[in-house]
Amino acid sequence: MVDLKPMSVTASELPVSGIRRFFDVAAQMQDVISLGVGEPDFFTPWSIREAAIYSLERGQTTYTSNHGLLELRREIVRHIKKLYQVSYKAEDEVLVTVGVSEGLDLAMRTLLDPGDEVLVPEPCYVSYKPCVTLAGGKPIGVETTAAENFRITPAALEKHLTPRTKAILLGYPSNPTGATMPAAQMQEIVDFAVKHGLYLISDEIYDRLTYDGQHTCVAALKGARERTILLNGFSKAYAMTGWRVGYVCAPRELVSVMTRIHSYTMLCAPTLGQKAALEALKTGESEVVEMVAQYGQRRRLIVDGLNKIGLKCHMPEGAFYAFPSVASTGLSSEEFAERLLFQEKVAVVPGTAFGAGGEGHIRCSYATAIDKIEAALGRMKTFVDSLAVKVG
Amino acid sequence: MSMKHTPCEILQILSRDARTTPEAIATLTGKTVEEVKAAIARYEAEGVIKRYATVIDWEKAGVEEVTAFIDVRVVPARDVGFDAIAARIARYPQVQSVWLVSGGSDLRVAVQAPNLKELANFVAEKLATIDGVNGTVTHFLLRRYKEDHSFYLEDANDERLVVAP
Repeated sequence: MVDLKPMSVTASELPVSGIRRFFDVAAQMQDVISLGVGEPDFFTPWSIREAAIYSLERGQTTYTSNHGLLELRREIVRHIKKLYQVSYKAEDEVLVTVGVSEGLDLAMRTLLDPGDEVLVPEPCYVSYKPCVTLAGGKPIGVETTAAENFRITPAALEKHLTPRTKAILLGYPSNPTGATMPAAQMQEIVDFAVKHGLYLISDEIYDRLTYDGQHTCVAALKGARERTILLNGFSKAYAMTGWRVGYVCAPRELVSVMTRIHSYTMLCAPTLGQKAALEALKTGESEVVEMVAQYGQRRRLIVDGLNKIGLKCHMPEGAFYAFPSVASTGLSSEEFAERLLFQEKVAVVPGTAFGAGGEGHIRCSYATAIDKIEAALGRMKTFVDSLAVKVG
Repeated sequence: MSMKHTPCEILQILSRDARTTPEAIATLTGKTVEEVKAAIARYEAEGVIKRYATVIDWEKAGVEEVTAFIDVRVVPARDVGFDAIAARIARYPQVQSVWLVSGGSDLRVAVQAPNLKELANFVAEKLATIDGVNGTVTHFLLRRYKEDHSFYLEDANDERLVVAP
Protein backbone atom coordinates (compact mmCIF):
# COMPACT_ATOMS: atom_id res chain seq x y z
CA MET A 1 0.00 0.00 0.00
CA VAL A 2 1.45 3.33 -1.09
CA ASP A 3 0.42 6.70 0.39
CA LEU A 4 -1.89 8.79 -1.74
CA LYS A 5 0.12 11.47 -3.49
CA PRO A 6 -0.25 15.06 -2.28
CA MET A 7 -2.38 17.72 -3.91
CA SER A 8 -0.81 20.51 -5.91
CA VAL A 9 1.59 22.51 -3.76
CA THR A 10 0.61 25.79 -5.45
CA ALA A 11 -3.06 25.19 -4.80
CA SER A 12 -2.63 23.92 -1.25
CA GLU A 13 -0.48 26.85 -0.26
CA LEU A 14 -2.92 29.41 -1.61
CA PRO A 15 -3.85 31.58 1.37
CA VAL A 16 -7.41 31.58 2.66
CA SER A 17 -9.06 34.93 2.02
CA GLY A 18 -9.16 37.12 5.12
CA ILE A 19 -12.79 37.80 4.27
CA ARG A 20 -13.66 34.13 4.43
CA ARG A 21 -12.52 33.85 8.04
CA PHE A 22 -14.79 36.70 9.06
CA PHE A 23 -17.69 35.37 7.14
CA ASP A 24 -17.62 32.08 9.04
CA VAL A 25 -17.84 33.86 12.39
CA ALA A 26 -20.39 36.52 11.41
CA ALA A 27 -22.67 34.05 9.65
CA GLN A 28 -23.21 32.18 12.94
CA MET A 29 -24.36 35.27 14.85
CA GLN A 30 -27.85 36.72 15.21
CA ASP A 31 -28.80 40.38 14.79
CA VAL A 32 -25.61 41.34 12.97
CA ILE A 33 -25.63 44.55 10.94
CA SER A 34 -23.30 43.88 8.10
CA LEU A 35 -21.15 46.53 6.47
CA GLY A 36 -19.13 43.64 5.11
CA VAL A 37 -20.99 42.94 1.92
CA GLY A 38 -19.28 43.62 -1.37
CA GLU A 39 -22.40 43.69 -3.50
CA PRO A 40 -25.36 46.02 -4.09
CA ASP A 41 -28.34 45.80 -1.74
CA PHE A 42 -30.67 46.58 -4.63
CA PHE A 43 -32.36 43.81 -6.54
CA THR A 44 -31.59 43.54 -10.23
CA PRO A 45 -33.97 46.02 -11.93
CA TRP A 46 -37.24 44.35 -12.78
CA SER A 47 -37.04 45.01 -16.53
CA ILE A 48 -33.83 42.96 -16.58
CA ARG A 49 -35.23 40.11 -14.51
CA GLU A 50 -38.37 40.11 -16.63
CA ALA A 51 -36.33 39.89 -19.84
CA ALA A 52 -34.52 36.87 -18.41
CA ILE A 53 -37.81 35.19 -17.49
CA TYR A 54 -39.08 35.81 -21.01
CA SER A 55 -35.93 34.30 -22.44
CA LEU A 56 -36.48 31.17 -20.34
CA GLU A 57 -40.08 30.96 -21.47
CA ARG A 58 -38.90 31.01 -25.06
CA GLY A 59 -36.56 28.14 -24.29
CA GLN A 60 -33.34 30.05 -24.86
CA THR A 61 -31.34 27.61 -22.80
CA THR A 62 -28.63 26.42 -25.16
CA TYR A 63 -24.93 27.34 -25.40
CA THR A 64 -24.01 30.59 -27.06
CA SER A 65 -20.93 31.19 -29.19
CA ASN A 66 -17.70 30.95 -27.16
CA HIS A 67 -17.33 34.70 -27.56
CA GLY A 68 -20.81 35.30 -26.20
CA LEU A 69 -23.94 36.52 -27.98
CA LEU A 70 -22.93 38.77 -30.87
CA GLU A 71 -25.84 41.08 -30.11
CA LEU A 72 -24.56 41.52 -26.56
CA ARG A 73 -21.00 42.14 -27.77
CA ARG A 74 -22.30 44.80 -30.15
CA GLU A 75 -24.13 46.52 -27.29
CA ILE A 76 -20.99 46.35 -25.14
CA VAL A 77 -18.95 47.97 -27.91
CA ARG A 78 -21.54 50.73 -28.31
CA HIS A 79 -21.68 51.27 -24.55
CA ILE A 80 -17.89 51.54 -24.11
CA LYS A 81 -17.59 53.80 -27.13
CA LYS A 82 -20.31 56.10 -25.87
CA LEU A 83 -18.91 56.36 -22.36
CA TYR A 84 -15.18 56.47 -23.05
CA GLN A 85 -14.68 57.10 -26.78
CA VAL A 86 -12.64 53.95 -27.23
CA SER A 87 -13.51 51.53 -30.04
CA TYR A 88 -13.45 47.76 -30.14
CA LYS A 89 -14.65 45.36 -32.79
CA ALA A 90 -17.55 43.26 -31.54
CA GLU A 91 -16.52 40.34 -33.78
CA ASP A 92 -13.06 39.64 -32.39
CA GLU A 93 -12.08 42.13 -29.69
CA VAL A 94 -14.75 41.36 -27.10
CA LEU A 95 -15.25 38.24 -25.02
CA VAL A 96 -18.20 37.70 -22.70
CA THR A 97 -16.96 36.05 -19.49
CA VAL A 98 -18.35 34.55 -16.30
CA GLY A 99 -17.95 37.79 -14.40
CA VAL A 100 -14.79 39.86 -14.17
CA SER A 101 -13.42 37.02 -12.06
CA GLU A 102 -13.08 34.80 -15.09
CA GLY A 103 -11.75 37.66 -17.21
CA LEU A 104 -9.03 38.22 -14.63
CA ASP A 105 -8.08 34.55 -14.60
CA LEU A 106 -7.99 34.44 -18.41
CA ALA A 107 -5.87 37.57 -18.59
CA MET A 108 -3.28 36.06 -16.27
CA ARG A 109 -3.18 32.71 -18.03
CA THR A 110 -2.86 34.47 -21.36
CA LEU A 111 0.00 36.76 -20.36
CA LEU A 112 2.10 34.82 -17.89
CA ASP A 113 4.81 32.20 -18.09
CA PRO A 114 6.16 30.65 -14.88
CA GLY A 115 8.02 33.24 -12.86
CA ASP A 116 6.64 36.29 -14.68
CA GLU A 117 5.88 39.11 -12.32
CA VAL A 118 2.75 41.24 -12.10
CA LEU A 119 2.76 44.53 -10.20
CA VAL A 120 -0.36 44.74 -8.03
CA PRO A 121 -1.10 48.03 -6.25
CA GLU A 122 -2.40 47.31 -2.76
CA PRO A 123 -4.73 47.34 -0.86
CA CYS A 124 -6.63 45.50 -3.59
CA TYR A 125 -9.43 43.07 -4.29
CA VAL A 126 -8.78 39.70 -2.65
CA SER A 127 -8.55 37.70 -5.91
CA TYR A 128 -5.85 39.68 -7.67
CA LYS A 129 -2.76 38.05 -6.19
CA PRO A 130 -4.12 34.47 -6.07
CA CYS A 131 -5.09 34.74 -9.76
CA VAL A 132 -1.51 35.67 -10.64
CA THR A 133 -0.17 32.80 -8.54
CA LEU A 134 -2.56 30.24 -10.04
CA ALA A 135 -1.41 31.23 -13.52
CA GLY A 136 2.19 30.46 -12.50
CA GLY A 137 3.13 34.10 -12.07
CA LYS A 138 4.51 35.99 -9.15
CA PRO A 139 2.33 38.78 -7.73
CA ILE A 140 4.36 41.75 -6.52
CA GLY A 141 2.37 43.94 -4.15
CA VAL A 142 3.01 47.66 -4.46
CA GLU A 143 1.77 49.48 -1.39
CA THR A 144 -0.33 52.61 -1.64
CA THR A 145 -1.31 54.66 1.39
CA ALA A 146 -4.10 56.86 2.70
CA ALA A 147 -1.70 59.82 2.57
CA GLU A 148 -1.60 59.56 -1.25
CA ASN A 149 -5.32 58.75 -1.49
CA PHE A 150 -4.43 55.14 -2.30
CA ARG A 151 -3.37 56.15 -5.79
CA ILE A 152 -0.52 54.35 -7.51
CA THR A 153 2.47 56.29 -8.84
CA PRO A 154 5.20 55.42 -11.38
CA ALA A 155 7.79 55.99 -8.64
CA ALA A 156 6.25 53.27 -6.47
CA LEU A 157 6.02 50.87 -9.42
CA GLU A 158 9.60 51.61 -10.46
CA LYS A 159 10.92 50.31 -7.14
CA HIS A 160 9.52 46.86 -7.87
CA LEU A 161 10.36 46.69 -11.56
CA THR A 162 12.52 43.73 -12.63
CA PRO A 163 13.32 42.13 -16.00
CA ARG A 164 10.56 39.61 -15.22
CA THR A 165 7.88 42.28 -14.77
CA LYS A 166 5.21 41.71 -17.39
CA ALA A 167 2.10 43.56 -16.41
CA ILE A 168 0.42 45.96 -14.02
CA LEU A 169 -2.94 44.97 -12.57
CA LEU A 170 -5.09 48.03 -11.91
CA GLY A 171 -8.40 48.15 -10.08
CA TYR A 172 -9.87 51.66 -10.00
CA PRO A 173 -12.33 52.64 -8.58
CA SER A 174 -10.88 50.45 -5.89
CA ASN A 175 -12.36 47.76 -3.75
CA PRO A 176 -11.58 48.24 -0.79
CA THR A 177 -10.40 51.87 -0.69
CA GLY A 178 -12.87 53.61 -3.02
CA ALA A 179 -9.89 55.37 -4.61
CA THR A 180 -10.02 56.52 -8.22
CA MET A 181 -7.32 57.65 -10.64
CA PRO A 182 -7.73 60.99 -12.42
CA ALA A 183 -6.84 60.81 -16.12
CA ALA A 184 -3.56 62.73 -15.76
CA GLN A 185 -2.28 60.41 -13.07
CA MET A 186 -3.41 57.30 -14.88
CA GLN A 187 -1.68 58.57 -18.03
CA GLU A 188 1.59 58.52 -16.07
CA ILE A 189 1.01 54.85 -15.31
CA VAL A 190 0.29 54.16 -18.98
CA ASP A 191 3.48 56.01 -19.98
CA PHE A 192 5.40 53.89 -17.47
CA ALA A 193 3.96 50.73 -19.03
CA VAL A 194 4.83 51.96 -22.53
CA LYS A 195 8.37 52.78 -21.46
CA HIS A 196 8.94 49.29 -20.08
CA GLY A 197 6.89 47.26 -22.56
CA LEU A 198 4.32 46.16 -19.97
CA TYR A 199 0.72 45.06 -20.32
CA LEU A 200 -2.04 46.72 -18.37
CA ILE A 201 -4.90 44.72 -16.95
CA SER A 202 -7.62 47.08 -15.82
CA ASP A 203 -10.53 45.88 -13.71
CA GLU A 204 -13.13 48.62 -14.10
CA ILE A 205 -16.16 46.87 -12.59
CA TYR A 206 -16.91 49.93 -10.45
CA ASP A 207 -16.63 52.42 -13.34
CA ARG A 208 -20.22 53.64 -13.10
CA LEU A 209 -20.00 54.09 -9.36
CA THR A 210 -17.87 57.22 -9.57
CA TYR A 211 -19.25 60.16 -7.66
CA ASP A 212 -17.42 63.45 -7.96
CA GLY A 213 -15.32 63.18 -11.08
CA GLN A 214 -15.27 61.26 -14.34
CA HIS A 215 -14.17 57.65 -14.44
CA THR A 216 -10.85 57.18 -16.24
CA CYS A 217 -11.06 54.30 -18.68
CA VAL A 218 -7.48 53.09 -19.00
CA ALA A 219 -7.88 51.86 -22.58
CA ALA A 220 -8.96 55.33 -23.69
CA LEU A 221 -5.64 56.92 -22.68
CA LYS A 222 -2.87 57.65 -25.14
CA GLY A 223 -0.72 54.61 -25.87
CA ALA A 224 -2.87 52.30 -23.74
CA ARG A 225 -5.25 50.47 -26.03
CA GLU A 226 -2.73 48.13 -27.68
CA ARG A 227 -1.45 46.87 -24.29
CA THR A 228 -4.60 46.95 -22.20
CA ILE A 229 -6.95 44.16 -21.22
CA LEU A 230 -10.08 45.96 -20.12
CA LEU A 231 -12.25 43.99 -17.70
CA ASN A 232 -15.75 45.00 -16.83
CA GLY A 233 -19.18 43.51 -16.17
CA PHE A 234 -22.71 43.98 -14.94
CA SER A 235 -22.51 43.02 -11.26
CA LYS A 236 -22.12 46.40 -9.61
CA ALA A 237 -23.74 49.02 -11.84
CA TYR A 238 -26.83 46.92 -12.57
CA ALA A 239 -26.94 45.01 -9.27
CA MET A 240 -26.40 41.72 -11.11
CA THR A 241 -23.76 39.94 -9.01
CA GLY A 242 -25.45 36.54 -9.04
CA TRP A 243 -25.90 36.46 -12.82
CA ARG A 244 -22.17 36.06 -13.37
CA VAL A 245 -21.67 38.05 -16.55
CA GLY A 246 -18.64 40.17 -17.39
CA TYR A 247 -16.62 41.02 -20.44
CA VAL A 248 -13.15 41.57 -21.76
CA CYS A 249 -12.21 44.18 -24.35
CA ALA A 250 -8.70 43.93 -25.75
CA PRO A 251 -6.76 43.80 -29.01
CA ARG A 252 -7.60 40.86 -31.26
CA GLU A 253 -4.41 38.84 -30.56
CA LEU A 254 -5.11 38.84 -26.84
CA VAL A 255 -8.84 38.15 -27.11
CA SER A 256 -8.12 35.30 -29.50
CA VAL A 257 -5.92 33.48 -26.95
CA MET A 258 -8.23 34.31 -24.06
CA THR A 259 -11.18 32.93 -26.02
CA ARG A 260 -9.26 29.71 -26.71
CA ILE A 261 -8.72 29.15 -22.98
CA HIS A 262 -12.31 30.17 -22.23
CA SER A 263 -13.62 27.74 -24.86
CA TYR A 264 -11.88 24.84 -23.07
CA THR A 265 -12.54 25.83 -19.46
CA MET A 266 -15.90 27.60 -19.53
CA LEU A 267 -17.31 27.18 -23.03
CA CYS A 268 -19.54 30.21 -22.66
CA ALA A 269 -21.02 32.52 -20.07
CA PRO A 270 -24.52 31.53 -18.89
CA THR A 271 -27.03 32.21 -21.66
CA LEU A 272 -29.65 33.49 -19.24
CA GLY A 273 -27.18 35.96 -17.79
CA GLN A 274 -26.18 37.14 -21.26
CA LYS A 275 -29.82 37.82 -22.15
CA ALA A 276 -30.22 39.75 -18.92
CA ALA A 277 -27.03 41.71 -19.60
CA LEU A 278 -28.31 42.63 -23.04
CA GLU A 279 -31.48 44.05 -21.52
CA ALA A 280 -29.40 45.89 -18.91
CA LEU A 281 -27.45 47.73 -21.61
CA LYS A 282 -30.57 48.49 -23.60
CA THR A 283 -32.87 49.76 -20.85
CA GLY A 284 -31.02 49.84 -17.53
CA GLU A 285 -29.47 53.28 -17.65
CA SER A 286 -32.08 55.20 -15.69
CA GLU A 287 -31.95 52.68 -12.85
CA VAL A 288 -28.16 52.88 -12.80
CA VAL A 289 -28.43 56.64 -12.37
CA GLU A 290 -30.91 56.21 -9.51
CA MET A 291 -28.79 53.63 -7.70
CA VAL A 292 -25.65 55.74 -8.07
CA ALA A 293 -27.51 58.75 -6.63
CA GLN A 294 -28.48 56.70 -3.60
CA TYR A 295 -24.97 55.29 -3.10
CA GLY A 296 -23.68 58.87 -3.30
CA GLN A 297 -25.94 59.96 -0.43
CA ARG A 298 -25.07 56.96 1.72
CA ARG A 299 -21.40 57.61 1.06
CA ARG A 300 -21.66 61.06 2.62
CA LEU A 301 -23.67 59.69 5.54
CA ILE A 302 -21.17 56.96 6.40
CA VAL A 303 -18.04 59.08 5.93
CA ASP A 304 -19.53 61.87 8.04
CA GLY A 305 -20.53 59.36 10.73
CA LEU A 306 -17.16 57.60 10.81
CA ASN A 307 -15.27 60.88 11.11
CA LYS A 308 -17.57 61.98 13.95
CA ILE A 309 -16.86 58.73 15.81
CA GLY A 310 -13.16 59.49 15.48
CA LEU A 311 -12.34 57.00 12.74
CA LYS A 312 -10.59 59.21 10.21
CA CYS A 313 -12.00 58.57 6.79
CA HIS A 314 -11.24 60.18 3.44
CA MET A 315 -14.16 60.73 1.06
CA PRO A 316 -14.05 57.76 -1.34
CA GLU A 317 -14.51 58.84 -4.94
CA GLY A 318 -15.79 55.56 -6.30
CA ALA A 319 -17.14 52.04 -5.61
CA PHE A 320 -19.24 51.62 -2.44
CA TYR A 321 -16.69 51.30 0.32
CA ALA A 322 -15.47 53.61 3.05
CA PHE A 323 -12.00 52.71 4.25
CA PRO A 324 -11.50 54.53 7.56
CA SER A 325 -8.42 54.40 9.73
CA VAL A 326 -8.77 52.73 13.13
CA ALA A 327 -5.33 53.90 14.24
CA SER A 328 -6.86 56.30 16.78
CA THR A 329 -8.19 53.33 18.76
CA GLY A 330 -4.79 51.73 19.15
CA LEU A 331 -6.18 48.46 17.81
CA SER A 332 -4.98 46.56 14.77
CA SER A 333 -7.57 46.23 12.01
CA GLU A 334 -8.17 42.57 12.85
CA GLU A 335 -8.59 43.27 16.56
CA PHE A 336 -10.93 46.14 15.80
CA ALA A 337 -13.08 44.13 13.39
CA GLU A 338 -13.21 41.11 15.67
CA ARG A 339 -14.07 42.99 18.84
CA LEU A 340 -16.61 45.17 17.03
CA LEU A 341 -18.31 42.03 15.78
CA PHE A 342 -18.45 40.34 19.19
CA GLN A 343 -19.21 43.44 21.27
CA GLU A 344 -21.64 45.32 19.01
CA LYS A 345 -22.49 42.87 16.25
CA VAL A 346 -21.39 45.01 13.36
CA ALA A 347 -19.50 43.18 10.62
CA VAL A 348 -16.74 45.06 8.81
CA VAL A 349 -13.74 43.64 7.01
CA PRO A 350 -10.23 44.25 8.37
CA GLY A 351 -8.04 46.13 5.89
CA THR A 352 -5.36 43.45 6.14
CA ALA A 353 -7.60 41.16 4.06
CA PHE A 354 -6.67 43.37 1.09
CA GLY A 355 -2.89 43.26 1.43
CA ALA A 356 -0.19 45.83 2.17
CA GLY A 357 -1.41 49.27 3.15
CA GLY A 358 -4.57 47.78 4.62
CA GLU A 359 -3.32 47.51 8.20
CA GLY A 360 -4.88 50.16 10.41
CA HIS A 361 -8.01 50.35 8.23
CA ILE A 362 -11.36 48.62 7.98
CA ARG A 363 -13.62 48.30 4.96
CA CYS A 364 -17.22 49.42 5.49
CA SER A 365 -19.60 48.82 2.61
CA TYR A 366 -22.28 51.45 2.10
CA ALA A 367 -24.24 49.22 -0.25
CA THR A 368 -26.52 49.13 2.77
CA ALA A 369 -29.86 50.82 3.49
CA ILE A 370 -29.67 54.21 5.20
CA ASP A 371 -31.39 53.08 8.42
CA LYS A 372 -28.93 50.18 8.70
CA ILE A 373 -25.95 52.47 8.15
CA GLU A 374 -27.28 54.77 10.87
CA ALA A 375 -27.80 51.86 13.27
CA ALA A 376 -24.33 50.49 12.52
CA LEU A 377 -22.75 53.89 13.11
CA GLY A 378 -24.55 54.08 16.47
CA ARG A 379 -23.17 50.71 17.51
CA MET A 380 -19.69 51.60 16.28
CA LYS A 381 -19.77 54.78 18.36
CA THR A 382 -20.66 52.76 21.46
CA PHE A 383 -17.77 50.44 20.69
CA VAL A 384 -15.20 53.17 20.07
CA ASP A 385 -16.37 55.10 23.15
CA SER A 386 -15.94 51.98 25.28
CA LEU A 387 -12.33 51.75 24.12
CA ALA A 388 -11.66 55.39 24.96
CA VAL A 389 -12.93 54.84 28.50
CA LYS A 390 -10.56 51.94 29.04
CA VAL A 391 -7.59 53.84 27.67
CA GLY A 392 -8.45 57.02 29.63
CA MET B 1 -37.20 53.11 -4.81
CA SER B 2 -39.39 55.83 -6.15
CA MET B 3 -37.09 58.58 -7.21
CA LYS B 4 -38.04 61.01 -9.91
CA HIS B 5 -35.44 62.22 -12.31
CA THR B 6 -35.13 65.67 -10.87
CA PRO B 7 -31.94 67.64 -10.54
CA CYS B 8 -32.91 68.28 -6.92
CA GLU B 9 -31.61 65.71 -4.48
CA ILE B 10 -33.46 67.36 -1.59
CA LEU B 11 -36.83 66.67 -3.21
CA GLN B 12 -35.79 63.10 -3.94
CA ILE B 13 -34.87 62.51 -0.32
CA LEU B 14 -38.07 64.11 1.04
CA SER B 15 -40.24 62.17 -1.38
CA ARG B 16 -38.69 58.99 0.03
CA ASP B 17 -39.02 60.03 3.68
CA ALA B 18 -40.69 63.31 4.57
CA ARG B 19 -39.36 63.12 8.11
CA THR B 20 -35.71 63.37 7.04
CA THR B 21 -34.35 66.32 9.00
CA PRO B 22 -32.54 69.25 7.35
CA GLU B 23 -29.43 68.13 9.24
CA ALA B 24 -29.63 64.62 7.78
CA ILE B 25 -30.33 65.97 4.30
CA ALA B 26 -27.28 68.21 4.62
CA THR B 27 -25.13 65.17 5.41
CA LEU B 28 -26.58 63.14 2.56
CA THR B 29 -26.12 65.85 -0.04
CA GLY B 30 -22.96 67.61 1.15
CA LYS B 31 -24.82 70.92 1.46
CA THR B 32 -24.93 73.09 4.60
CA VAL B 33 -27.94 72.91 6.93
CA GLU B 34 -28.74 76.53 6.10
CA GLU B 35 -28.76 75.83 2.36
CA VAL B 36 -31.09 72.88 2.88
CA LYS B 37 -33.47 74.84 5.10
CA ALA B 38 -33.56 77.73 2.64
CA ALA B 39 -34.26 75.40 -0.28
CA ILE B 40 -37.08 73.65 1.59
CA ALA B 41 -38.62 76.98 2.60
CA ARG B 42 -38.50 78.07 -1.03
CA TYR B 43 -40.11 74.84 -2.24
CA GLU B 44 -42.86 75.22 0.34
CA ALA B 45 -43.48 78.87 -0.56
CA GLU B 46 -43.58 78.11 -4.27
CA GLY B 47 -45.89 75.14 -3.78
CA VAL B 48 -43.35 72.69 -5.20
CA ILE B 49 -43.78 70.86 -1.92
CA LYS B 50 -47.56 70.68 -1.59
CA ARG B 51 -47.72 68.98 1.79
CA TYR B 52 -46.17 66.29 3.96
CA ALA B 53 -48.22 63.13 4.28
CA THR B 54 -47.93 59.62 5.64
CA VAL B 55 -48.54 56.53 3.55
CA ILE B 56 -50.88 54.29 5.52
CA ASP B 57 -52.05 50.77 4.83
CA TRP B 58 -55.62 51.38 6.05
CA GLU B 59 -56.59 47.78 5.67
CA LYS B 60 -53.82 46.78 8.07
CA ALA B 61 -54.96 49.54 10.41
CA GLY B 62 -58.35 47.83 10.54
CA VAL B 63 -60.23 50.62 8.76
CA GLU B 64 -62.97 49.41 6.45
CA GLU B 65 -63.03 51.38 3.25
CA VAL B 66 -64.24 51.02 -0.30
CA THR B 67 -62.45 52.61 -3.20
CA ALA B 68 -63.77 52.97 -6.73
CA PHE B 69 -62.44 54.43 -9.94
CA ILE B 70 -65.21 56.05 -11.90
CA ASP B 71 -64.91 56.88 -15.57
CA VAL B 72 -67.08 59.89 -16.28
CA ARG B 73 -68.25 61.08 -19.69
CA VAL B 74 -68.82 64.81 -19.70
CA VAL B 75 -70.22 67.46 -22.05
CA PRO B 76 -67.56 70.16 -22.02
CA ALA B 77 -68.89 73.67 -21.37
CA ARG B 78 -68.14 76.72 -23.48
CA ASP B 79 -65.10 78.74 -22.29
CA VAL B 80 -64.22 76.48 -19.37
CA GLY B 81 -64.05 73.09 -21.14
CA PHE B 82 -63.88 70.30 -18.58
CA ASP B 83 -62.54 72.45 -15.77
CA ALA B 84 -65.84 73.61 -14.27
CA ILE B 85 -67.29 70.12 -13.95
CA ALA B 86 -63.98 68.69 -12.77
CA ALA B 87 -63.86 71.32 -10.02
CA ARG B 88 -67.44 70.55 -8.94
CA ILE B 89 -66.60 66.88 -8.64
CA ALA B 90 -63.28 67.49 -6.91
CA ARG B 91 -64.88 69.48 -4.07
CA TYR B 92 -66.61 66.42 -2.62
CA PRO B 93 -64.56 65.12 0.31
CA GLN B 94 -65.16 61.53 -0.80
CA VAL B 95 -63.25 62.26 -3.99
CA GLN B 96 -59.60 61.36 -3.64
CA SER B 97 -58.40 62.28 -7.14
CA VAL B 98 -59.77 63.70 -10.37
CA TRP B 99 -57.91 63.45 -13.63
CA LEU B 100 -58.75 64.44 -17.21
CA VAL B 101 -57.77 61.46 -19.33
CA SER B 102 -57.72 60.47 -22.98
CA GLY B 103 -59.68 57.49 -24.29
CA GLY B 104 -63.33 56.44 -24.04
CA SER B 105 -64.19 58.65 -21.08
CA ASP B 106 -63.20 62.17 -20.08
CA LEU B 107 -62.68 62.32 -16.33
CA ARG B 108 -61.34 59.57 -14.13
CA VAL B 109 -62.40 59.99 -10.52
CA ALA B 110 -61.14 58.05 -7.53
CA VAL B 111 -63.66 57.91 -4.71
CA GLN B 112 -63.41 56.52 -1.19
CA ALA B 113 -66.28 55.72 1.14
CA PRO B 114 -66.72 53.71 4.35
CA ASN B 115 -68.90 51.12 2.62
CA LEU B 116 -70.39 50.02 -0.66
CA LYS B 117 -73.78 51.60 0.01
CA GLU B 118 -72.42 55.06 0.67
CA LEU B 119 -70.24 54.86 -2.39
CA ALA B 120 -73.16 53.75 -4.56
CA ASN B 121 -75.26 56.59 -3.19
CA PHE B 122 -72.56 59.10 -3.97
CA VAL B 123 -72.32 57.95 -7.57
CA ALA B 124 -76.08 57.71 -8.13
CA GLU B 125 -77.18 60.81 -6.28
CA LYS B 126 -74.28 63.23 -6.57
CA LEU B 127 -71.94 62.40 -9.38
CA ALA B 128 -74.34 61.14 -12.05
CA THR B 129 -76.77 63.99 -11.51
CA ILE B 130 -74.32 66.82 -12.10
CA ASP B 131 -75.31 68.85 -15.16
CA GLY B 132 -73.10 67.92 -18.04
CA VAL B 133 -72.29 64.40 -16.77
CA ASN B 134 -73.36 62.08 -19.54
CA GLY B 135 -72.59 58.73 -18.03
CA THR B 136 -70.44 56.86 -15.51
CA VAL B 137 -68.71 53.49 -15.37
CA THR B 138 -67.66 52.43 -11.88
CA HIS B 139 -64.71 50.10 -11.18
CA PHE B 140 -64.44 48.89 -7.60
CA LEU B 141 -60.98 48.33 -6.23
CA LEU B 142 -60.63 44.70 -5.23
CA ARG B 143 -57.02 44.43 -4.12
CA ARG B 144 -54.05 46.78 -3.83
CA TYR B 145 -50.70 45.53 -5.11
CA LYS B 146 -48.75 48.73 -5.45
CA GLU B 147 -49.74 52.32 -4.88
CA ASP B 148 -47.62 55.46 -5.23
CA HIS B 149 -44.47 53.34 -5.41
CA SER B 150 -45.29 51.47 -2.20
CA PHE B 151 -45.74 47.73 -2.47
CA TYR B 152 -48.61 45.96 -0.77
CA LEU B 153 -46.94 42.59 -1.40
CA GLU B 154 -44.64 40.52 0.79
CA ASP B 155 -41.13 41.96 0.56
CA ALA B 156 -38.31 39.71 -0.50
CA ASN B 157 -35.55 39.22 2.07
CA ASP B 158 -31.98 40.39 1.82
CA GLU B 159 -30.32 37.08 1.05
CA ARG B 160 -26.80 38.35 0.59
CA LEU B 161 -23.96 36.67 2.48
CA VAL B 162 -23.05 38.54 5.66
CA VAL B 163 -19.53 39.15 4.41
CA ALA B 164 -18.51 38.99 0.76
CA PRO B 165 -15.47 40.13 -1.21
